[in-house]
Amino acid sequence: MARRARLPRASRTVLRPPASVGRSVPRLEGLDKVTGRALYVDDLRVPGVLHGRTVRSTIARGRIKRVRLDPAFDWSGVVVADHRDIPGENLVALIEDDQPLLAAEEIHHAEEPILLLAHEDPERVEAATRAVRIEYEPLEPVLTIEDSLARKAPLYRDDNVFKNILIERGDVERGLAGSDLVIEGEYRCGHQEQLYIENNGMIAERTPDGGLLVRGSLQCPYYVHKALVRAFALPPDKVRIVQTVTGGGFGGKEEYPSMIGGHAALLAWKSGRPVKIVYDRLEDIAATTKRHPAAIKLRTGVRRDGTLVANAIDIVMDGGAYVTLSPVVLSRGAIHAAGPYRCPNVSIRARAVATNTPPNGAFRGFGAPQTQFAVECHMDRIAAALGLDPLELRRRNAYRLGDVTPTGQVLRESVGALEALETAARRARWAERRARHERENRDNEARERPAGLGGAAAGRRRGETSRNGAGPRANGRRLRRGIGLALAYHGAGFTGSGEVKLGSIAALDLSHDGRPRILSASTEIGQGTTTMFAQLVAETLGVPADFVAVETPDTGLVPDSGPTVASRTCMVVGGLLEKCARAMRERLELFAERPIRDARDFQRIARRFLAERGPLRFERGYEKPPEIEWDDDRYRGDAYGVFSYGCCVVEVEVDLDTGETRVLRTIATADIGKAIHPILAAGQIEGGTVQGLGYGLLEEVRWKDGRVWNHQLTNYIIPTSMDASPIEVVIVELPYSRGPFGAKGVGELPMDAPAPAIVAAIAHATGARIDEIPVTPERLLEGLRDGARRDGSRSSPGSRRGGKRS
Amino acid sequence: MIEFVLNGRGRRVRVPPMKRLLDVLREDCSLPGTKEGCGEGECGACSVLLDGRTVCSCLVPVVQVRGARVVTVEGLDRGGRPSALQRAFIDLGAAQCGICTPGMLVTAAELLRHARGRVPSEEEVREALAGNLCRCTGYQKIVDAVRAAARGASRDGAAGTSGARAPGRSRAGTARAKRSRTARTKRSRRRG
Ligand code: FES
Ligand code: FES
Repeated sequence: MARRARLPRASRTVLRPPASVGRSVPRLEGLDKVTGRALYVDDLRVPGVLHGRTVRSTIARGRIKRVRLDPAFDWSGVVVADHRDIPGENLVALIEDDQPLLAAEEIHHAEEPILLLAHEDPERVEAATRAVRIEYEPLEPVLTIEDSLARKAPLYRDDNVFKNILIERGDVERGLAGSDLVIEGEYRCGHQEQLYIENNGMIAERTPDGGLLVRGSLQCPYYVHKALVRAFALPPDKVRIVQTVTGGGFGGKEEYPSMIGGHAALLAWKSGRPVKIVYDRLEDIAATTKRHPAAIKLRTGVRRDGTLVANAIDIVMDGGAYVTLSPVVLSRGAIHAAGPYRCPNVSIRARAVATNTPPNGAFRGFGAPQTQFAVECHMDRIAAALGLDPLELRRRNAYRLGDVTPTGQVLRESVGALEALETAARRARWAERRARHERENRDNEARERPAGLGGAAAGRRRGETSRNGAGPRANGRRLRRGIGLALAYHGAGFTGSGEVKLGSIAALDLSHDGRPRILSASTEIGQGTTTMFAQLVAETLGVPADFVAVETPDTGLVPDSGPTVASRTCMVVGGLLEKCARAMRERLELFAERPIRDARDFQRIARRFLAERGPLRFERGYEKPPEIEWDDDRYRGDAYGVFSYGCCVVEVEVDLDTGETRVLRTIATADIGKAIHPILAAGQIEGGTVQGLGYGLLEEVRWKDGRVWNHQLTNYIIPTSMDASPIEVVIVELPYSRGPFGAKGVGELPMDAPAPAIVAAIAHATGARIDEIPVTPERLLEGLRDGARRDGSRSSPGSRRGGKRS
Repeated sequence: MIEFVLNGRGRRVRVPPMKRLLDVLREDCSLPGTKEGCGEGECGACSVLLDGRTVCSCLVPVVQVRGARVVTVEGLDRGGRPSALQRAFIDLGAAQCGICTPGMLVTAAELLRHARGRVPSEEEVREALAGNLCRCTGYQKIVDAVRAAARGASRDGAAGTSGARAPGRSRAGTARAKRSRTARTKRSRRRG
């Protein structure tokens, strides 16, 4: 009786062997999140806390001449810190050590942090920021890719190029010469803001042992740890980073928390008081990282039957003012640039250049959404030129087992490109819908002609069309509908030798009440890490998922399982945990001399083990599968252990007079190997798809003199529930032998295909092929006016130029 | 001194009258469940019910709630147990990072109350939630959860019998701007 009472509820309620993996168990932290009990960084009460603010540069390039504190302001109680207060190195350690924590003299971008202030009263500190006078000696900034390449000013080394990548396979020039048709295109995509709904925020305090404790909203505790060890010249064990419940990241909390964490820590260091810095929306949009803008050119040779023969691709990404993560973003972008298609001759040249804009950084997809936007738009252009159905062109070229990627990687297993494509086409009723839209568009055009814009002849019915209703007609509005699709792939895990260099470690131990406890630095940022990890361990141990404890990512407690990025958490870290769980099960069964029956039994055995033998802990580190080879210098080999594949189909309705596009229906398929938790996986796919929809249609960062002009939610528009259409998700499972229970990556893939699918659907609806996203109404109206961009297939060999935009 | 009813209980606070309701709830009433995403009426993370209507608490000076009933996410449960709506959010994956969830739940609770046991259509739910931004879910699971909760409620017979439509849900005074172009056109069309 007494023993029974001590058992946690979970173990009493579920006694049959639970199947965890593949089931959508309730997410472990779900109850806290729906009751308001989950505490995010801004919800934490810290006695004696000061509120920190950052004073930033208002110019994009130049020198600081003088920083003056207005003597008319009452500065009592205001803590002021600048670069001279940094005890260690003035830098945000990441890939290269070129970004200072606080600008000392040179200014490389607008919003560059210069001075930090803190006060007990948030309003006083706010007022203090306005009493700081900074005099600059401004220099002409470089704000575009073109100006950077033209070396309008020297920003980085002698060519302004942060990173150069060349990937070559076969002989592209010969391939192009031998093609029936060569098609050229140039595509552009702008910045995109991650726009997690919880802004960046950190709380720092000095610890009694002379170290630092920093808590906050972040994806990668050990990144912050590394940066603070350098900036404060502290031994690693004196810096402790703890993740608080995090309200979304999407890459936006990958590297930036090192900056804000460093700032909060510096103010805490100087004042001896805890300091909290939580950005408001304006500062978060204006100052933090965004998706890299890109300009991408393709020159593609095809045979008349659509077979790809050669592909010459040139990519330039705008890295912003400092190197930060640009080399790796560029690398992923370049590797994915030819799309999931077989092609014997490929050359991919990629450069990331320096500009005087805030550094661009990690954002879900990490370079691949940009390059796959380009290649997918280009595939549609090729299909049009050949008079082929876009689905058919992709069907003919999509990767199959045994195909070879541009880096020379042989696709040995789990190649779901065709399955993803065909499933999506079937679900969408591609051919039927396509024909129907074409017919209705023709009818509408015919109807509009005699009636003119007044729309007297038709569509008098008040009210508009329903999402899946009969053809578009309303109030004399000239509406057109279209359907488009895009296929994409996404490598899971760090690129090339990245995972080897990371050498991630995850651990599993027994808590004192005899439950398995997961120790990893991988963060729950909404995607479901906690629940998914618990499921992997639970399945292996034969217990229910909610019996498994998951430790908070806290560098004082957990090993470095690497950053929570790159679609690696389930496949790589989850794989390590599965191994830990297997070892634990073996050890406990050996000890008990019988199999574990259920959670209650597990707990009984575990407690006995703890009493008789002491603590039990298993650690597993990443081991490179022997078949994976990568050559960093030549950029050849297995760029990723495996790829996931996804297809997106969208139907849109375009208003020809306003240029507005409405998404009517979205279908997303994804081959992710195995969905450990189908609802969470679908949630990733739906969420990523809608971010991709925003990327393609709505989200545009507008700049003025190197500063973000639309840094508000009123004018930086992300999709609302009404902009997003209903989404149908189909998960395809082609298991990967090295992933836990067959799982591959899911997080980023859904970001790749929606934008080009929307562009394709708009082209189908209107005939206007827009080569730059987002397709804002202005851009679409311009495209509609520009007859030159209309399709028209051309069968003569030679060069066909499309999509100019300079 | 400002008095109001918070989650069913009388509450007095001594704060400046123009202090944002959002801050009063979070700081003075120790209810941090209501979140700030933008501070300017655009994201809906700060939504609370004010006399049964959803408002953005970041736009409401506390003086305006004098004598009113305020319900926050902390007041949505049913005697310590999650409501059908909260349960549906957990079970159907409608909360990912969870930062928009309090506002979504509050807004959805108002919709369900007005629906009185009728299951609102997908379009209706999308329209009702158009002022609440979510960056994680793509909205589908939220819409599904709200409708599932409505279905559950109508099955339980928890709501009224009349099929009467919900009264117009104007959000006078603190009406949040519907930012999306579609939402905006749709809205004006409805009004016109
Ligand atoms: S905080 Fe965004 S609407 Fe109030
Ligand atoms: S769940 Fe993260 S913003 Fe909605």
